[in-house]
Amino acid sequence: MRKHDQSTIDTVGGHEHHHVEKHSHAGYRQAAMDRPTVALVGNPNVGKSLVFNYLSGLYVDVSNYPGTTVELIKGSYKGYEIFDTPGVYGISSFTAEEAVTRDIVLESDLILNVVDAVHLERDLFLTQQLIDMGKKVVVVLNLMDEVRSIGLEIDTKLLASSLGVPVIETTATTKEGFDSIEGALQKARTGERSSTLHHRLHDMLKLTGSEAEALLILEGDESTAQRHGVAPGHERETLYIERRNRVNLIINAILSERNIRTRFATLAGRWAVNPWTGIPMLLLALYLIYLFVGKLVATDLVGFTENTIGHELWEPWIRGVIAQVITPGSALSTLLVGEFGVITLTITYLLFLLLPLVIAFYLSLALMEDSGYLPRLATLVDRSLNALGLNGAAIIPLILGFGCVTMATITTRLLGTEREKTIAAAILQFAIPCSAQLAVVAALLAGAGFAAMLIYSITIFIIFVAVGTILHRVLPGSATPLLIDLPPMRFPRLDNVARKTAYRSYYFMKEATPWFFAGALGVGLLQLTGLLTVWQDLLEPLTTRWLQLPREASTAFVMGMVRRDFGAAGLYHLSLSQYQIVVALVTITLFTPCIASFMVMMKERGWREAFTVWAGTWIVAFLVGGLLSQALL
Amino acid sequence: MITNPVALSKAAKGSRLVIVEVPEGRARAQLLRLGVTKGELIRCLERLPGGTVVILKHRQEIAIGVGLAAHILVVHAGAEQQGRRS
Repeated sequence: MRKHDQSTIDTVGGHEHHHVEKHSHAGYRQAAMDRPTVALVGNPNVGKSLVFNYLSGLYVDVSNYPGTTVELIKGSYKGYEIFDTPGVYGISSFTAEEAVTRDIVLESDLILNVVDAVHLERDLFLTQQLIDMGKKVVVVLNLMDEVRSIGLEIDTKLLASSLGVPVIETTATTKEGFDSIEGALQKARTGERSSTLHHRLHDMLKLTGSEAEALLILEGDESTAQRHGVAPGHERETLYIERRNRVNLIINAILSERNIRTRFATLAGRWAVNPWTGIPMLLLALYLIYLFVGKLVATDLVGFTENTIGHELWEPWIRGVIAQVITPGSALSTLLVGEFGVITLTITYLLFLLLPLVIAFYLSLALMEDSGYLPRLATLVDRSLNALGLNGAAIIPLILGFGCVTMATITTRLLGTEREKTIAAAILQFAIPCSAQLAVVAALLAGAGFAAMLIYSITIFIIFVAVGTILHRVLPGSATPLLIDLPPMRFPRLDNVARKTAYRSYYFMKEATPWFFAGALGVGLLQLTGLLTVWQDLLEPLTTRWLQLPREASTAFVMGMVRRDFGAAGLYHLSLSQYQIVVALVTITLFTPCIASFMVMMKERGWREAFTVWAGTWIVAFLVGGLLSQALL
Repeated sequence: MITNPVALSKAAKGSRLVIVEVPEGRARAQLLRLGVTKGELIRCLERLPGGTVVILKHRQEIAIGVGLAAHILVVHAGAEQQGRRS
């Protein structure tokens, strides 16, 4: 038991608070000190982040996105500690997000439950579960503007009395109703539960001391059961159905529809999943992304930042600075500012090439996501990806791979099972050329003609399909079926898109940067010790006899291990026939992923998988390249 | 009107359906949370080649892959249910 210090609260909020609650474990509790803690809980895409941003004055993005969910996001508001949680449909441990949300909910004094008023039927399940857990709840009925615009009517007073907790109406995008959140928090209380539930909870309550945990155990939540050393219950189905029925009854009572209008956005959403209209929409979206990322950013902007700022300004300047401290030509100098210099090349690469590309890609992704298009795209491609042992959700890392394979490999975390993560990561490492490489490939292919381009594209596509298909056959298990709710299509809020992009880009750079430095250092050491030359000599027979390329091309392959586009760029100044270009580019594309993505692969998928894929790329690249060479040359 | 149950993955686009069976397993709990359970009235909004379906439950659109949709059994909604919203 714990009573908080009233005086602290008074100085901030000047209001009275009553709450007494039990806490079984400490964790992030300490950070909250004696202020009441509020967990912000809701389904995905209900505007929860906007509410959190308003309350805390901070920007965070805990939409179900890799990496962001494991971090605890906390802010403070009028004497309350506010904890954000990943969007979930219910509390248990079906996914990593749910487990995070579950723990925060268990620890919190109050629950601010954000609900999409347009989709009450879906969202109130979570609301009722929170109430059933015996938590003190306030319901924020968000998206009221949309409710009005489509002609729905919600009896909020009746909803509040049916649930037994305060309900406030808001429109997060315009902050309408946000000022009543504070008042409602003070009135937060435990809600109405079915009388049978109380009865069911009775015995378990004696064991756990907390209604919330007792309920979760009855609902078969393994990790909560384990914590209390009891067997998980078998009443999930019964309890879920009871809850579902209760929610349906409430909805029938409070909701009325008057001449529902089909909005254009609803129609657009339907078109996006119909193959006849959806495929042209996808092509249009891809073309727009290509114009923005491929042309504007990758070519024009990066051309300026990488060459002008990086190679012409930054590198000579830092070399000059370092030369004053360390003797040029010494081992340390080579490591720092040499050919693969840790602070010359790596900085140029990270800041002047990768950063603009990553921002451009995350921006495109955020636009597709916030408009509601992404889940529809996942639906459209679902069946095709099934053949590769994936479901539609895997389209996200695969698309991102064309931006940066390292970034995409991190994103494979959002896939449901280890099997899917393995397949998606392998496809990325084998067959998806990243944008840096794609730019060089495109330039070389443009010179080699249409036939060359066709052979290249078909070969890479075949490998893409083959890697997925083979892994799907070989790995035990099966593809998990797609099951996603499709949020309504809406015009994305640009400030939200911008913030999301900034946050994710920052997060990616933070995660990937050390690996880029480690990679550059590793190659620098190889060069210093002379191992790089040995390596080049070893590869030579393979290059000249089997691939039938000039001996200098072997250098390109070695460089390709550092960075994918280095490899391709190394082919620029060789005089190659058009089919030699195809052979060289196919080999380089299929060849080992760059050092950074290999490092991330090790971290995400473990060393065994990373090395298997790495060795596999050697075999496949030289096998396919060689066969192509024997057929064409 | 009594019709034989068919797999949701084979339902006609635009048809109004009543769910008669949802498979066991983890997906069942997820479907329950989304309100897709035995006895519920849904509409098949789209059936993609290969069997991925998009259903409408009240105003909520839900996409279900063929691996799951093939095991959800439905019957056509009878006349008395046609009037209800779905």
